Amino acid sequence: MTERAGCALVTGASRGIGAAIARGLATDGWPVGVNYRRDRDAAETVVAAIERDGGRAVALEADVADPATPEELFGRLESHFDSPVLALVNNAGINRDDLTPSLGDEEWSTVIETDLSAAFRLIRRALVPMMRARTGRIVNVASVSALRANPGQSNYAAAKAGLIMLTKTAAVEVARRGVTINAVAPGWIDTEMTEGVSKDLLSAVPARRAGTPEEVAACVRFLTSDDASYVTGAVLTVDGGLAA
Amino acid sequence: MPAVTNQQVESRVIEALASFGPDPDEITRDSTFEELDIDSLDLVELAQIVEDEYGVVLKGDDMKELQTVGDAIDLVVSRADAEA
Repeated sequence: MTERAGCALVTGASRGIGAAIARGLATDGWPVGVNYRRDRDAAETVVAAIERDGGRAVALEADVADPATPEELFGRLESHFDSPVLALVNNAGINRDDLTPSLGDEEWSTVIETDLSAAFRLIRRALVPMMRARTGRIVNVASVSALRANPGQSNYAAAKAGLIMLTKTAAVEVARRGVTINAVAPGWIDTEMTEGVSKDLLSAVPARRAGTPEEVAACVRFLTSDDASYVTGAVLTVDGGLAA
Repeated sequence: MPAVTNQQVESRVIEALASFGPDPDEITRDSTFEELDIDSLDLVELAQIVEDEYGVVLKGDDMKELQTVGDAIDLVVSRADAEA
């Protein structure tokens, strides 16, 4: 297993895509902070699975939408593993779908805060230590909804599209410090977030099936690896061809 | 008693600036950041180093005023004294 000079933080890592990313990064040798908001048992299950496979992980409760969270969360993680955070995966996200004419202010602002502003604040906290280390990997989990309109998701799409331009802009600012910032744009992935969505929509997916959290995690593992050192400001779609 | 000496700050600032690319021999108090090819991203990193070492918090507006290496050193020393 590769020895890492720093640790990784995955937000929203107790379930679904985030849990698969946390497990994948641990397999790649990263000590991983498994952030969760509510489901402590699920986060501890992810940590236990990582430890069973010989990796290192710690469950960290925090609501990323709270502006005080980045400082507090990074502090706990850095002291736990006694190393800087050199990989950040902004995965925590929520959706509050409704058609635009009836979308409420609360549904709008909650999604923007959690899916966009929280990622900005975590990136801001992560960057200077990465710059000083002359290495760092940030991956933002966007969505195919940022690339292709999906009725009922104007808040989510706006947040994720914002996340993509945040990714690109910050990426070019810090590129010469060896820090890369990229996004993945998952399409239909089998998780709790897509439960209850009509299976008819699968006919729009060229691959004719939903993706798995592990298929998204594989892309994040690449983007956090040494092999991806010249990839920055990129958006990697993981969508079975949906946005092609 | 001053919190930090001018010489301490000068040697730390020059060491930090050298890590951004310029030859240490070219860095003097009178060098401008422009001459040294030190840009705004470098100054953000310098501000963090100064905060970690001397507890002096420099914001973007503080850094924008700085033209020379000497300006940066004097600002850090004066802020450190003010907080001591």
